[in-house]
Amino acid sequence: MSSTQSITPGSAAEATRPQRSFAVRLLMSEYLVLVLTAIYFLVMWALVPSIATADTLLDILAAMMPLLVVAIGQTFVLIVAGIDLAAPSILAAASVAGASMMTGEGGFALFTGVPIGVGILAFVGVGLLIGLLNGVCVTRLGMPPFIVTLTTMMFFSGFALFYTSALTDDGSSFGDLPSAFVAIGQGTWHGVPYSLALAGAVMLVAHLTLSRTVFGSWLYAIGRNPRAAAISGVPVRRAVLWAFVISGLCGGIASIIYTGRLETGTPVLGQRILLDIVGSAVIGGVSLFGGKGRVTWTLYGVLFLSVVDKGLQLLGLDLASVFAIKGLVILSAAVLDAVRHRLTLRG
Amino acid sequence: MTAAPFFEASGLCKSFFGVQVLHGMGFTLRPGQVLGLVGENGSGKSTTMNILGGVLPMDAGRMTLDGADYHPRGPREAEARGIAFIHQELNLFRNLSVAENLFITGFPKRIKGLPFIDRGRVAARTQELLKAVDLDIAPNTPVSRLSQGERQLVEIAKALGANARIMIFDEPTTSLTTRETDRLFDIIGRLQRQGIAIIYISHILGDVMRLCDDIVVLRDGHKVGQAARADMTIEKMITLMVGRTIDQMFPPREPPVTLGAPVLEVRGLNQRGMVKDIGFTLRAGEVLGISGLMGAGRSELARILFGMDPHESGDIRIGGTQVRELSPAACMDHGMAFLTEDRRAEGLMMEASIADNIALASLPKFGRSWAGFIERTRLGDEVQRISGAVRINARDIQRTLVKNLSGGNQQKAVIGKWLLHEPRVFILDEPTRGIDVGAKYEVYKIINQLAADGAGVLFISSEIEELTGMCDRIMVMAQGEIRAEFPRAGFDREAILRAAMWHGMKETA
Repeated sequence: MSSTQSITPGSAAEATRPQRSFAVRLLMSEYLVLVLTAIYFLVMWALVPSIATADTLLDILAAMMPLLVVAIGQTFVLIVAGIDLAAPSILAAASVAGASMMTGEGGFALFTGVPIGVGILAFVGVGLLIGLLNGVCVTRLGMPPFIVTLTTMMFFSGFALFYTSALTDDGSSFGDLPSAFVAIGQGTWHGVPYSLALAGAVMLVAHLTLSRTVFGSWLYAIGRNPRAAAISGVPVRRAVLWAFVISGLCGGIASIIYTGRLETGTPVLGQRILLDIVGSAVIGGVSLFGGKGRVTWTLYGVLFLSVVDKGLQLLGLDLASVFAIKGLVILSAAVLDAVRHRLTLRG
Repeated sequence: MTAAPFFEASGLCKSFFGVQVLHGMGFTLRPGQVLGLVGENGSGKSTTMNILGGVLPMDAGRMTLDGADYHPRGPREAEARGIAFIHQELNLFRNLSVAENLFITGFPKRIKGLPFIDRGRVAARTQELLKAVDLDIAPNTPVSRLSQGERQLVEIAKALGANARIMIFDEPTTSLTTRETDRLFDIIGRLQRQGIAIIYISHILGDVMRLCDDIVVLRDGHKVGQAARADMTIEKMITLMVGRTIDQMFPPREPPVTLGAPVLEVRGLNQRGMVKDIGFTLRAGEVLGISGLMGAGRSELARILFGMDPHESGDIRIGGTQVRELSPAACMDHGMAFLTEDRRAEGLMMEASIADNIALASLPKFGRSWAGFIERTRLGDEVQRISGAVRINARDIQRTLVKNLSGGNQQKAVIGKWLLHEPRVFILDEPTRGIDVGAKYEVYKIINQLAADGAGVLFISSEIEELTGMCDRIMVMAQGEIRAEFPRAGFDREAILRAAMWHGMKETA
C-alpha cells in the first residue's frame, strides 16, 4: 500500500524536473565534482599562480594515473557492494615482488635475459593472486569483504616488508631498476606520459566492460539486489570473485606505474593512499552501498583529489595539515552524497 | 451502541508535485467502530492514512478530534494524540526483544532524569500488554524469533501501550496464516469492545465484509461510496472501486482439450522438514494450482524446484531432461522461470529502471562476441515489446525506477522479466499478493496467454477463489505433502480447505 503515495510523486517528478532550480540541478548533476574541481582550481590560481603552469599541470596528470588505475579496480568492487581495503598492500607486494625480479643488484630474473618481462608478469601476477585470494574468501567462504581485505592488507603489507628486509642489503627497497622499466612511469612520447596511455587503456577497457557487457550489467545487478540477481540466473559468486580479481589486477598495473616513477620497489608504496583510493571513487559518486558507479565518475574523483593535493602542496602546508584538509574534503563529499541521495528520494 | 463520533475528517485534499491525489476525502469515527477502507492501489487510501498519522501534511481540509482541531505536525504528535498505525511492513526492531520494542520510544526509568531503565517495570507492563493481545511469550523474547502474526500482535500491544484510540490496520493479513488471521480478528473485536476505533484497509474484500461496520470506497482520490455493512456487497465494492462492472473476477479461460507433453515431472522429492515424497506432472498448456495453508511447504517446494534450496532425494525432469544439478541458472537453461512471493526482496532491483529489471534474466541472450557486448538496440526493442505486452503503466521504461511503481506494475515488471526469457515452465508464487483488482485481472490474463502459448504454469496461491478461477487442476499441500488433487470439474472450495487443514486439526486435537 505504500505504493499509493509513491506512484504519484514518481510520475509527477518527470513533469516537474525541468522546473527545478539551477542549484538543485547542479547538485544532482554527475558533473558536480568537475565543477567543484574548477572552482577550487580558480581559487588556488589566485592564491598560488604557479598551479596553472604547464609543468604543474603535467605533474598533476602524472600523479593521477596510478591512482586512477587502482581506483578503477576499486570501483568494480564497490559496485558489487564490496570494498577492497587490500589495495595498498597489493601495490606494495607487487612493487617489491616485481622489483626483486629486475633489480640490477641480483634480481632473480636477470639470467632470463628478459628481466623486465618477468618483472611485469610478477607485478600483474601478485595483483591477480591477492585479488583471487580476497575473492575466494568472500565468495566461497562467505566472509565479509571488509574483514577479508583488512586482514589480507595486514598480511601482505607485512609480508612485503619482511620480503624486502630479507632480500636487500639496506632492508628498505629494491633499487637499480632497468631504465626501460622506469620509463613506463616517467617517460613521455612527444610530451605525453606513457603512464597516461596505460591508464587510458585501462580506463577504456573498464568503461566498456561496465557499461556495455553482460558481465558489467551483472555487477550492477548484484550491487542493487544480490538475491534478485541470483534468482534471475546471475552467477553472483563468480562475478563477485572476478570483481576482486580485477581490483587486484588494477593494483598490479598501478604498482608498475608507481614503482617506475619512484625508480625503486618499496614495501611502503601506497601505505597512505587507501583513503585516496576509496575516497576518490566515492567523491566521484560511486556508492558504497553498491549498484551505482561509473569509471568516468571515478576519474572525476581522482582528478578532484589530485588537484586538491597539489594545491595544498603548493600552499606549502605540512603533511599533517594536508591530511586533515583532505579528510575534511572527503567527509564533505560523503555529506554531499547523502544530501543528493535524499533529493533523489524526494523525486 | 451508537456513540457520537469523536473523530471527524472532511474535505481532505493532497497534491504531489501539482498532481492532486486526494479530492475532498472525509469520514467520521465513533468509539468502537470498525471502518473499512477499500480501493485500488493509488486510490488514496495510504495518503489519507498518512495525513491522519501525521506523516504527510494536508493541503486543505479539516480534522477534529474530540471537537478540537487536529493537525498533527508529525507522527510523534499523532501518536501522542492516540493514533496508532499498524504497518503493512511491520516496524519492529528484529534484533531487540519484545519488551524493548514496546518501550523503545520511552523506557520507564529507575530515577527520573537518569538513564537507568527500570527493567522490572518494563517486564511487568510488557506482560500486561501481551496478555491484552493474547500473546503468551516471555517479554525478553527476541522479535526475530516470532512469526509474522505474533509480530503483528506485538505491534498492537505497542499501540495499546501508547493508549491508542484509533488504530489503523494497513493490509494486516497478507502474511498471516488462516489461524493467525482468525486470532487477529478476535483481537480486533476485543479492541472494538474497549471503545477503540479501527480503520481497516484491505484488498481482501471478504475480510472487510466480515469485520467492518461501515465501508468507504475510494477511487482515484475520490470517495465514491460509503455504506453500512448491511447495505454493501462485495460485487458492489468492486464495481465502485474499478468504476466499471467486472462481470467476472477472472478472465474466461478455455481449458485445453488435449494437454501437451510433460514440461515438468517430479518424482519422490524429499527434503527433511520441508517436503515429503512429492510427485506430480505438469503438462504444456496446463495451469496447475497448489493450495495449502502458510507453512504447508508450497513455497519451499517451489524454491527446491528452482534450485534455490537443496533436496535430499528425488528426480526432476524439466522439458523431458533430467536435471541433476539444480540451480537457478540450470533451471533457466531448461526453460524454467520462478516468480517468488517476495517481489521486493527477491524479484526486483528497486533502485533500477523498469528496463534494467526486465532485461536482467535474459542478458546472456543479448551478449555478442567473447566479451559479451550487449546488443543494446535489440535488447531495448525486446524490453519495450515485453513492457507493452504486460501493459506496464509508465511513461519511460528506461528512466522510471521500479520503486516508483504501484504494486501491480512492479509485479508486471517481474513477470515481464521472465517473459523475456520465454519460459516453458513458469512457477508463480502468490503472483497477485498485495496488488489491486484491476492489476490482478491483468496478471490472470497474462497467465492464460502463457498457457495458451504452450507453457506449463505452476500457480501457488493462498486464495482458493483465485485457484478455482484460474487452474485446470489443483493440488493441496499440507505438512510438506500433497494431500489431495482436484480436477477442474471437481473444484470444491470446502473440500480444498478441508484437505489443507485436515492434518493440522488432527495434530492439535
